[in-house]
Amino acid sequence: MEEEWDEDGPEVVKRFMYVNRKAPYGTVYALEMLEKVLIAAAFEQDVHVVFMDDGVYQLKKEQETKGVNMKNFSPTFRALEGYDVEKLYVEKESLEARGLTVEDLVVPVEVLSSDDLKSLMSKQEVILTA
Amino acid sequence: MAYEIGGESIEHDEEGYLSDINQWTPELAGLLAKDEGIEMTDEHWEVINFLREYYEEYQIAPAIRVLVKALKKKFGPEKGSNKYLYELFPYGPAKQACKVGGLPKPTGCI
Repeated sequence: MEEEWDEDGPEVVKRFMYVNRKAPYGTVYALEMLEKVLIAAAFEQDVHVVFMDDGVYQLKKEQETKGVNMKNFSPTFRALEGYDVEKLYVEKESLEARGLTVEDLVVPVEVLSSDDLKSLMSKQEVILTA
Repeated sequence: MAYEIGGESIEHDEEGYLSDINQWTPELAGLLAKDEGIEMTDEHWEVINFLREYYEEYQIAPAIRVLVKALKKKFGPEKGSNKYLYELFPYGPAKQACKVGGLPKPTGCI
């Protein structure tokens, strides 16, 4: 992208949803997805980010990654607010199945039931899953 | 590819960004700035230090829009503007300042 952005905002804004379903480490899916989110945000799109299944672990506080030799990128989720990405959702069932609560997460999120998530998904224009 | 400074060899990628951000030193920043045709002033250092703190906290180099907003919040509207940053780093503030600061190229900047 050009570094100088249009002060009037982007011409086309779409509703994008990024669905994270994988654990943060072991594969690069989670990190690559976060990069995609940042790029969409740089283009000032309407970004929604969902964490479900093992994807909820991406937001877990106090990640220690030395043993797996990968960068702990969980602090980057806290940067999303500065990118105006504030629509973060966690699937309630996935969170509960892993014995976690919102208190365990690095950023504030909205917890949605599977059904509510389904209806939110149906309102998106683009959905990407990893 | 590597920068040579003080008898040390510091690896960089094909665009000149450091391979290991931990190898960065203020002396190296001086060398990198010179390569970019920039004479470092207190104002340049203010931006570089801010970027390094941002990276430390969030583990990414911010997009230009985000950098401007964050600078505005910390230093006020005069320094938190696109124009001000372009005066300091004419060939793209995010790209140039990140390079001089030893950070990776900002995500979304291609």
